[in-house]
Amino acid sequence: MSNFHHLVSRSGRTLLRNFQKVKKRDLQYVQLRNVSLVPELPESHEMLRSTCRDFAEGELKPIAAKLDKEHLYPTEQIKKMGDLGLMAIAIKEELGGAGLDYLAYAIAMEEISRGCASCGAVMSSHNSLYLGPLKNFGTKAQAEKFITPFTNGDRVGCFALSEPGNGSDAGAASTNARTNGDNFVLNGTKSWITNGYESEATVVFATTDKSLKHKGISTFVLPKPIKGLSLGKKEDKLGIRGSSTCNLIFEDCEIPKDCLIGKAGQGFKIAMMTLDEGRIGVAGQGLGIAQASLDCAMEYAEKRIAFGVPILKLQTIQNKIADMAMRIEAARLLTWRAAVLKDAGKPFTKEAAMAKLAASETATFASHQAIQILGGMGYVSDMPAERFYRDARITEIYEGTSEIQRLVIANNIIKEYSNKA
Amino acid sequence: MAMRALVGCKRVIDYAVKVRVKPDKTGVVIDGVKHSMNPFDEIAVEEAVRMKEKKLVSEIVAVSCGPAQCQETLRTAMAMGADKAIHVEIPAKEFELVQPIHIAKILAKLATDVKADVVILGKQAIDDDCNQTAQMTAAFLDWPQAVFAAKIEKDGDSLAVTREIDGGTETIKVNVPAVISADLRLNEPRYATLPNIMKAKKKPMEKKTAKDLGVDLTPRIQVISVEDPPVREAGQKVDDVDQLITKLKGLGRI
Repeated sequence: MSNFHHLVSRSGRTLLRNFQKVKKRDLQYVQLRNVSLVPELPESHEMLRSTCRDFAEGELKPIAAKLDKEHLYPTEQIKKMGDLGLMAIAIKEELGGAGLDYLAYAIAMEEISRGCASCGAVMSSHNSLYLGPLKNFGTKAQAEKFITPFTNGDRVGCFALSEPGNGSDAGAASTNARTNGDNFVLNGTKSWITNGYESEATVVFATTDKSLKHKGISTFVLPKPIKGLSLGKKEDKLGIRGSSTCNLIFEDCEIPKDCLIGKAGQGFKIAMMTLDEGRIGVAGQGLGIAQASLDCAMEYAEKRIAFGVPILKLQTIQNKIADMAMRIEAARLLTWRAAVLKDAGKPFTKEAAMAKLAASETATFASHQAIQILGGMGYVSDMPAERFYRDARITEIYEGTSEIQRLVIANNIIKEYSNKA
Repeated sequence: MAMRALVGCKRVIDYAVKVRVKPDKTGVVIDGVKHSMNPFDEIAVEEAVRMKEKKLVSEIVAVSCGPAQCQETLRTAMAMGADKAIHVEIPAKEFELVQPIHIAKILAKLATDVKADVVILGKQAIDDDCNQTAQMTAAFLDWPQAVFAAKIEKDGDSLAVTREIDGGTETIKVNVPAVISADLRLNEPRYATLPNIMKAKKKPMEKKTAKDLGVDLTPRIQVISVEDPPVREAGQKVDDVDQLITKLKGLGRI
């Protein structure tokens, strides 16, 4: 009996200790919560939102349907976005960027994507995926060559991680980089590369030491075009047709040693960190598409008469409107929270994954419901609802599928709950 | 040339809003309605910024009269390139009865106080469409005026302003200091760049009241009623011109 009591009281003490540990962790988060759950944006961010919205409505919305129908890359629009500072939002001013925070990036992504999701795709891929690794791990020389000329919209870059043989399984990269004197030689194929055609530089992940498995992957940056690199055919996509997507085929592509970003073997870590940041941008894109869908549905529901009243007076439609609006608001708050955490230098991986998951699933939900509210009109290209539906779909796939996001979130939660001393 | 420009920015209901008359017919609904800078004032700010880029202007002072929210309008002006701002605070209720003559007096006093060399205003505001403030301001200052400007260029120590007139355009030579009002074709305003929006936060904004400037805002008008325009009547078809004339005479139209 005494043994049993001893056990109970010890586990009781352990429980109490863990409860206290959790409380301490929560307190940190309470302080953050006051900042990140602020319902109103700071004035500067509100102005930024307003400017991006005006720009999107004036410059992007009018041509979005044409870009989609004709698979046109928005060269002029990207240049104008560059002039505003949107193509290097989080890059330091000394390097030619706008020097803003990730909250600003998330807001800008939403407003731009609300006008045109293709422009949003080009913008997010360039800002987070291409500039990210260079910003966080690049040398000064690499910054001069590969960041500064790429800040004003004249040039974009791309990010090459996925391969025909692996997407979610990024650690299994088979593209390899062997050394040849003072150079690296790349061989392999990268697939699904956004901005593949228009980009003038690319960040590539290749295995330098196969025996180290995912710890043997390294990151490189190289200019395009370059000998040994050819492009596959432009993919014929369901949505975001204004952005080009293609394979990058490396055949004995020789690059100087100073093309290595960070240290050899750091590639996987760089990729994961970059994708974490990128998720906030894609969450913004999803929000923009979802918001545009809600706007489109509301405009239609105000005017369309059925059973003697505008359909927005009918309960079924009101249920849809409420669901769309609530999910958008929830995803937006998650996105802003992830951004604010990142800006505060706090861990944000879980929140970024939650934001991307929520926003992308909200985008597909909202665009689906928008078509439903528009009925037959939602099915034809006269109204933008069908384009939103097609554009939304990619947000659940790229930069980490929804399934991967769930794994990331679960792993973080498990870590939080575990009894690690 | 290096002039100092005073630019007026009025906060008005956004052009895209569906304006609704208040049920008590005393005015239009402004609560919760989106407001932004008067489009012609945006053109005025843009012109001042372009003149600064051409080194004709060395400093731009933006001014707005009205309730506290005018500060947002002024921040937008600074994000576009104005160097500093002056907010003449007038509470919302009082502001509803303020007329161009009051604003003109305020602007004239400020122009003298800040030692402006050129006052650039929008030709009219899209809420009242008065098209009076620039002209009155020039009169109070006893300065030359160049209104409906479509182009502003340097002409020695003066300005050559091309203005829109009924028959087309005319170009006049204007000595400085002068008052100019911006018309639609003067320029296309820029979007504020993201770095400039952030920089605008740090630019100085002064607060004043009409009393500080010695201007009496006593209303000279009383709004009796504000109503929707009458619903458009259906047209009538006639068979020939004679019938048309008979009908028009019968209606007392001719």
